[in-house]
Amino acid sequence: MPSLGADMEAGTLVEWQVKPGQRVKRGDVVAVVETDKGAVEVEIWDDAVVDQLLVEPGTKVPVGKVLARLRAEGEAPAPAGVAPREAEGLGAALSPVQPVRAPRLKVSPVARRRAEELGVDLALVKPSGPEGVISMGDVERSAQGRAASAAKPAALDKLAAMRQAIAAAMAKSKREIPHYYLGTSIDVSTAIGWLEQQNLKRPVTERVLLAALLLRSVAMALKEVPELNGFWVDGAFKPIQAVHLGVAIALRGGGLVAPAIHDADRKTVPQIMHALSDLVTRARGGALRSSELADATVTVTNLGEQGVEAVFGVIYPPQVALVGFGKVVERPWAERGGLYVRRVIHATLCADHRASVGHRGGQFLSALDRCLQEPEKL
Amino acid sequence: MTRDDIRKTLAEALARVAPETDFDALRPERPLRDQLDIDSFDFLNVIVHLHDKLGVDIPEADYAKLATLGGAVDYLETRLAPGHIT
Repeated sequence: MPSLGADMEAGTLVEWQVKPGQRVKRGDVVAVVETDKGAVEVEIWDDAVVDQLLVEPGTKVPVGKVLARLRAEGEAPAPAGVAPREAEGLGAALSPVQPVRAPRLKVSPVARRRAEELGVDLALVKPSGPEGVISMGDVERSAQGRAASAAKPAALDKLAAMRQAIAAAMAKSKREIPHYYLGTSIDVSTAIGWLEQQNLKRPVTERVLLAALLLRSVAMALKEVPELNGFWVDGAFKPIQAVHLGVAIALRGGGLVAPAIHDADRKTVPQIMHALSDLVTRARGGALRSSELADATVTVTNLGEQGVEAVFGVIYPPQVALVGFGKVVERPWAERGGLYVRRVIHATLCADHRASVGHRGGQFLSALDRCLQEPEKL
Repeated sequence: MTRDDIRKTLAEALARVAPETDFDALRPERPLRDQLDIDSFDFLNVIVHLHDKLGVDIPEADYAKLATLGGAVDYLETRLAPGHIT
């Protein structure tokens, strides 16, 4: 079971998309796993042949548990019945359950009949009467409680689980990461004007939103300040060469995911728009891939849609930076002795002070500004 | 195409991006963004759906005219009227 983010502890295998004996290549989707972040397509990391599937669909297993065995091309299949080595001694934690003899229940005859009618398990009913005798009222209360919990929609449980996962990651972030925050106003009039001109030439299905231009600019600026792109692991910063931009996507009903646009530094603006569109659609439809959830090297959040002008975010560990954008607003803008009305966006950087210093963070924001003044070069 | 047909297509488009929408409860004169939790992606998807279903290519410059339900119906009715030159 792969870890799809620092906050994941377990996942439920929904289905296998491969069979034993099937050849797979790196990047193929082999299984679907249900997590707090929704259904995720699990990709394989090596070219291989599927040897054995070890977990049945419907089973919830902890992160690190072996789901399947692979073998190299040409290698003999493992003999049947050989248990694979567990990643950690998970098996040892499971001890056989001792059978417990149920205590004899004291139940009034009318309560017993009512329990049969309602299909209530008497062992689960809490007696309220003297000497622990279960009455008809106790049975009926128990049946009502059961109906209420069954009626709770599954969607709410999923949202609650996602809330727990966000809580764990954000609490860890605030506990461990010494955040510092920088912000600056950027004139995006030129960028928006350029985008409008480009979109005039494009059919409706290929129009580019400002978000794609902002993401591309972030990727370019990160190349100049690489200490913001990577992970803080085992007490040290590990820079990552590729820029995988995590994009915070709000889900209907209050959920949040931040899947990655891979290699954003090597994609053109229309390619980023395409990737973003695909990601938003799949995030809201619940079919993200494992690599998208696991390997973002930095996160970008754009809360301008909701009308706020600036975002001061919380870094998603083990990442070391989060870039925020507010909404585009018209503002009086003084420049070279003149006063103009310009379209302005507020960009913020929250960064991990263990990995970078404010001076470098400032250089990142000024690189971002520079990129957005020359949209035709993005 | 009647105004009812246009309303039906708009209802479909909104239901795709915001399934919880109670279309009949929407106030025609109030901005859709105030009544529905939709972002620029959702809005673009609505525009694409209208393009697919009605064959209307709505330029970005006209997006503001679709900010309310009433405005959108009026706009589409004009665009779809026979003899309209796009």
